[in-house]
Amino acid sequence: MSGTEKWIAFITIIVREVRRFLRIWPQTLLPPAITITLYFVIFGTLIGPRIGPMAGFNYIEFVAPGLIMLSVITNSYGNVVSSFYGAKFGKSVEELLVSPVPNYIILTGFVMGGVARGLGVGVIVTLLSLFFTRLNVEHIVVTCSVVFLTSVLFSLAGFINAVFARSFDDISIIPSFVLTPLTYLGGIFYSIDMLPGLWEGVSRANPILYMINAFRFGVLGVSDIDVGWAFLMIGLFIVGLYAYSMYLLVNSKGLRS
Amino acid sequence: MTESALTIRNLRKAYDNGFEALKGIDLDVEQGDFFALLGPNGAGKSTTIGILCSLVRKTGGQVKIFGLDIDSRFSEAKKYIGIVPQEFNFNQFEKIYDILVTQAGYFGIPRRLAEQRAEKYLRLLDLWDKRSTQAMMLSGGMKRRLLIARSLVHEPRLLILDEPTAGVDIELRRSMWHFLREINRQGTTIILTTHYLEEAESLCRNVAIIDRGRIVQNTSIKSLLKTLNREVFIFDTRDAIETLPDLGGLPGHLLDEHSFEVEIQKSDSLNGVFDRLSRQGVEIVSMRNKANRLEELFVSLVRANSDEPAAEENEEVA
Ligand SMILES: Nc1ncnc2c1ncn2[C@@H]1O[C@H](COP(=O)(O)OP(=O)(O)O)[C@@H](O)[C@H]1O
Ligand SMILES: [Mg+2]
Repeated sequence: MSGTEKWIAFITIIVREVRRFLRIWPQTLLPPAITITLYFVIFGTLIGPRIGPMAGFNYIEFVAPGLIMLSVITNSYGNVVSSFYGAKFGKSVEELLVSPVPNYIILTGFVMGGVARGLGVGVIVTLLSLFFTRLNVEHIVVTCSVVFLTSVLFSLAGFINAVFARSFDDISIIPSFVLTPLTYLGGIFYSIDMLPGLWEGVSRANPILYMINAFRFGVLGVSDIDVGWAFLMIGLFIVGLYAYSMYLLVNSKGLRS
Repeated sequence: MTESALTIRNLRKAYDNGFEALKGIDLDVEQGDFFALLGPNGAGKSTTIGILCSLVRKTGGQVKIFGLDIDSRFSEAKKYIGIVPQEFNFNQFEKIYDILVTQAGYFGIPRRLAEQRAEKYLRLLDLWDKRSTQAMMLSGGMKRRLLIARSLVHEPRLLILDEPTAGVDIELRRSMWHFLREINRQGTTIILTTHYLEEAESLCRNVAIIDRGRIVQNTSIKSLLKTLNREVFIFDTRDAIETLPDLGGLPGHLLDEHSFEVEIQKSDSLNGVFDRLSRQGVEIVSMRNKANRLEELFVSLVRANSDEPAAEENEEVA
């Protein structure tokens, strides 16, 4: 395929991905909006004032960045895992596999679909959070790049999950048993400084902690960890997951027998 | 000489469970041909097609599509192929117009042209009225036609259909045949797999017969039909004979001193043979049909066809 043809194929995949999550918006866009509103009402308005300031900010200001990241992470992951698994299950992935589209275009197309939903939901929840708190972004470049890279990372992870999945149950195991716990323990609701020494150490092994803190640094200007480290780690994860996804696309028996 | 549309040499496929679905097949399909790959269920037809469109990885042999070896130039070769799979494999939730435009996009066709092609082929296959319908709302026959429309949006030089008319009612089958003949007349090479002899007979010029992973016959439809219309009988005589009796020009030969075989057109009467033998004083005590592999295969094909309901996926939605 020529460069132009690859570009057309790439855009075609993204358009189809976006159309898919827009078509089923009550399952894709609405739930995160409702969830985030509940979080803000409960932790921000009802309980927040009793907790008092955290890292020098109102509790609601402190949790808002983490909650936005939570939405971005789960939606990026969720989009790719369900779309690609659905395509595999319904066999429409064959439309792509029989076409001349190179594997890396297939992968980046699906990943950008996940990013589109992750960031789309990110924007929605950010707008909603403005009803409850003010957000003046301290470092716009850090904020945008962290959220974008995190979205790419979890889209790739969702892709890998989808390649391995053999049933619809398999696409909810990782989100429920790995992603959600790691995110909740990743310092959305608290600063890890508050944890006793051992648990602070354990928390530092959680990659999501770095992303949430880097994002919080972008918005509030405070972080429990070094932001440079966060970028390095996100970058390494992306490279590793990308390479593994490509390997799977070429070799997976689930796609080509 | 122009290169073949498809050249297959010693193609093998062993699935992961160790099952050998293809045991080294050779095939040549010339450009412009209308070619049937005929065989009973489980013969290896879909496996062969799967390899041609990259959904199945071959475990041995060589495949060239318009001279392009799929080991090194599959991406280029794929542009030349349109594929109509045996099972529906579109996204059931998408509108059929979008399915076609998207498929064209995967082949790198610019949006505007993709839309023109989608309209052209939806109209040709009588689906234009349904363009905004979700695929799952279509009847079985319409879904089949959608597969065909989708396979044509990038205007392939080689169209491959895997049992396109299985479970399709007679009327739709006829109109699909008509459509395929027309596409072929305009220059598209067509390969179709089928287990209906009638379909191969009515549409195709050349045929390969595949059974249990091997090609058992590869010839023109005409000579295949000629072969099938011949029957070989073995006659056992009461008395020993030294030479083949006069059979009035029918082909035959001596097997041993008490038997000989004769080849007879199915339409011919056996009475003439008996009369002639009686006149020569040759007494026949028994006679049997010499079963050949191809015949057996066809008996099983015919049986399989008659077991199958003619229209399992009849129109459900008007
Ligand atoms: N993924 C697979 N794993 C193992 N065996 C398979 C697989 N797919 C097909 N087969 C076997 O390979 C043989 C040929 O199958 P197929 O090519 O689908 O036949 P046909 O299309 O001629 O009916 C069958 O015996 C089938 O059971
Ligand atoms: Mg088959």
